[in-house]
Amino acid sequence: MDTFIFIFLAVLTIGSGLGMVLNKNTVNSALFLVLNMVSIAGIYLLLQAQFLALIQILVYAGAIMVLFLFVIMLLNLDDEKSLFNKMRAKYVFAFFLGVITLSLILYSLEGVADLLPEISPEMETAGTVEALGDVLYTDYLFAFEMTAILLTAAVVGALMIAQYKKSNNGASE
Amino acid sequence: MIEIDWYLALSAVLFTIGLIGVLIRRNAIVIFMCVELMLNAVNLTLISFSSYHGDVTGQILVFFSLAVAAAEAVIGLAIILAIFRNNISVDITKVNLLRW
Repeated sequence: MDTFIFIFLAVLTIGSGLGMVLNKNTVNSALFLVLNMVSIAGIYLLLQAQFLALIQILVYAGAIMVLFLFVIMLLNLDDEKSLFNKMRAKYVFAFFLGVITLSLILYSLEGVADLLPEISPEMETAGTVEALGDVLYTDYLFAFEMTAILLTAAVVGALMIAQYKKSNNGASE
Repeated sequence: MIEIDWYLALSAVLFTIGLIGVLIRRNAIVIFMCVELMLNAVNLTLISFSSYHGDVTGQILVFFSLAVAAAEAVIGLAIILAIFRNNISVDITKVNLLRW
């Protein structure tokens, strides 16, 4: 049963990833990415990482993708006329680079399962909120607080970058 | 139980799709989404190793990488917005102010 769910989710993930890359309409690309995030969250559930599956849906498929869609609709972009027009050499090069990267990664994966111990009984409980919270708020408390500062800095920085400076614009005209 | 190899192979394929997307697309926002896809692929690797080891540390790392990804998305979209406002384009081939 697990195998069938995994195959279904893997096909969904790869298909929506390809759909995102090959779609001319930016909004459709973003919606494909939402589908991709949700199916990756399903795979996290298969891996017994319940907390991160939830966070994946809340943060990625929820917050980040809403931000993306908001910006796309704010910019009011037209469809790209064609993905493959000129500079064909670039696409061939990109494709071959992708194939080389994929084969390198897959080659390095050979025998990686033998390096791991047998599936430990802790796997069932490793991904629960209790287990993560126990470690997060003791051993990694400092890093957690730094994350809060990072997010605050990101919000302030984004406001600084994106704000519309009326006075500057007037001076340049 | 599924072998860990399958999760890692899926992650490698997703990473490659993201990489090719970054290389062939010209729309800055789509390139940005491809970067998010690559980040997700790496997160998947971390979680599968963490799960198969029964060790929660890998999932903590994914938690922090999610926070960094959120910060990165906010800043990146702000930069794209600022470029669009000044240059009226999100086509990265037209953003060549720093080209010599």
